[in-house]
Amino acid sequence: MSKPAEPEPAAPNPGQAERARPSLAELFIAFVAVALSGFGGALPWARRMIVERKRWMTAEEFNDDFALSQFLPGPNVVNFSVVFGSRFGGWAGAVVAFAGLMGPPLVIVTVLGVLYAQFGDLAVLSRILTGITAAAAGLILATTVKMAIPLVKQPQVWPKAVALVAFAAIGLIRWPLPVVLIALMPVAILLAWFWPASRIQPK
Amino acid sequence: MNDNPLFTLASYFLVLSLFAIGGAVAAIPEIHRVAVETMHWMSDREFADSFAIAQLSPGPNVLIVTLIGYHVAGLAGAGVATLAMCGPTCVMAYFLARTWNRFRMARWRIAVQAGLVPVSLGLFAASAFIVARAADSNVLAVIVTVATAAIVYFTRISPLWLFAMGGLFGLTGWL
Repeated sequence: MSKPAEPEPAAPNPGQAERARPSLAELFIAFVAVALSGFGGALPWARRMIVERKRWMTAEEFNDDFALSQFLPGPNVVNFSVVFGSRFGGWAGAVVAFAGLMGPPLVIVTVLGVLYAQFGDLAVLSRILTGITAAAAGLILATTVKMAIPLVKQPQVWPKAVALVAFAAIGLIRWPLPVVLIALMPVAILLAWFWPASRIQPK
Repeated sequence: MNDNPLFTLASYFLVLSLFAIGGAVAAIPEIHRVAVETMHWMSDREFADSFAIAQLSPGPNVLIVTLIGYHVAGLAGAGVATLAMCGPTCVMAYFLARTWNRFRMARWRIAVQAGLVPVSLGLFAASAFIVARAADSNVLAVIVTVATAAIVYFTRISPLWLFAMGGLFGLTGWL
């Protein structure tokens, strides 16, 4: 059997023998710190905190657990907080990590939401937010390009076709997401089953 | 039918969370479709503003759901929408954490993962398109979007600086 490509190359991590196990309080504080430093996505900060600073996991373990969080639908980093928390503290660890990641941002965004409800009609505010949204759209565009490049480099045609169909159905025709995914996902998974990347790509 | 807005929010985001392949950003076109086009909870402008505020807040991208919940049903709506969007997959994540590594090399897992990558790419592209369409009403705004994308792609500058620049451009009233 040919080995499939790992989603991300894992860097070697020395000193994993003397890794510490975080307490519940440490878990909470670590995820609060990840949440508060993570502008435009919290993943890089989670990796930095857990693998590089605290050394609670090796890069391989982090990649494995993060693969599960991405494999599941729903917010990836939030899923990850539950997986990671449960590894070190069972259900209490999962709750604590989730609360650390979501609690402070939830309070901040709600305060901003209240302010927006009060002052959203101000022309000045509205102009500033328009500019920020234009920039934020660029952030998603950059992520999209980063995701697209490995796909474009692959010799297979089906991943490009699947991506185009998903874009057109959701972005242009505006069909409901559940309908599109129920139709498209089985097709995409079958295509991946019969034409996996590792079989065609030269070693 | 139940007309309670909390019930509507909960049932809608519970279902949506199961279809958010690739995370919260991938779900943005669908959230826009329902919140703006189907349910008329908010205008296109309010949606774009909520997206900007969620991006300005630290933390996971899922926070736009919190703002929509707040807009529809106040503080209770914010809490209900957020928990509904995070709950189902967090429960799954908790139970799968134990067995996941057993499937590491399973062919079905590799096929599912490989099949989902192009799907989420298409959803991200749709997401960029929908947000840009809501925000970019003229050529200059499109230039801000494309320039930001280029800067993010080629540098490691913090997004906060780019938001500040975008906000300044917006302040001029040219966008």
